[in-house]
Amino acid sequence: MFTPSHFTAVLLFATFASVVFGITQRTEPRAMFKYGLYCWVLFVGSVITASWLMWFIRR
Amino acid sequence: MASKAQTPVQPQTQGFVYSALLLGWILPGAGHLITRHWVRAILIFAAITLMFFLGIAMQAKVYTPGTGDPLDLLGFISDIGSGLLYGIARIFSLGQPTVQLVTAEYGTKFVVVAGLLNFIAAVDAHNLRIGRKS
Repeated sequence: MFTPSHFTAVLLFATFASVVFGITQRTEPRAMFKYGLYCWVLFVGSVITASWLMWFIRR
Repeated sequence: MASKAQTPVQPQTQGFVYSALLLGWILPGAGHLITRHWVRAILIFAAITLMFFLGIAMQAKVYTPGTGDPLDLLGFISDIGSGLLYGIARIFSLGQPTVQLVTAEYGTKFVVVAGLLNFIAAVDAHNLRIGRKS
C-alpha cells in the first residue's frame, strides 16, 4: 500500500496532470515543456497559497 | 509585412478516422503511437498509467455503474476514461469498494483524473489523426 503525505500526493498529481496538459494543449515541444511547467507551478503554487490562507484563517 | 510560410498539416485520413480516438481511449498513448508521435505516446502512457496504478496502490475506490447515486455515475464515467486500465482494475478486483483512509481519498481522485486526462489525450490523438493539430 502506498501512503504518501498530502504534499507528496500534490506533487505527483501536478506532475502527471502537467505532462498531459503540456502535450495536449500545445503543438511545439518547447511550448509543451513551458506550458507543462507553467501548469505544474500553478498546481503546486495554488496548493501552497491555499494552505497558508487556511493556516491564517485558523489563527 | 512578411509573414512566416506555414507548412500545411498533412492529415492522415486513410483508414478509419476514429482509430486514434478509440485506441487512445483503450490504451493511454496508443492514439499518439499510431500517429507516429513516439515521445508524446510514451509520456502520456507513463503519466496516465502511473497515476492510475498509484491511485490503486493508495486504496482508491473504483466506481461501478448502477449504484443509483448520480455522483457514483460521474465517477464511473471518469474512471472508464482509462479504458483498459479500468478493465484490469475490475477484472482483478483492484481498489476498494469504499473509501476508508485519507490516502484512499487521494487515490480515488488519482484514478478519476487519470481517466479524464486520458479522454483529453484521446481527443488530442484524434486531432493529430485528422490533421487539425501537428
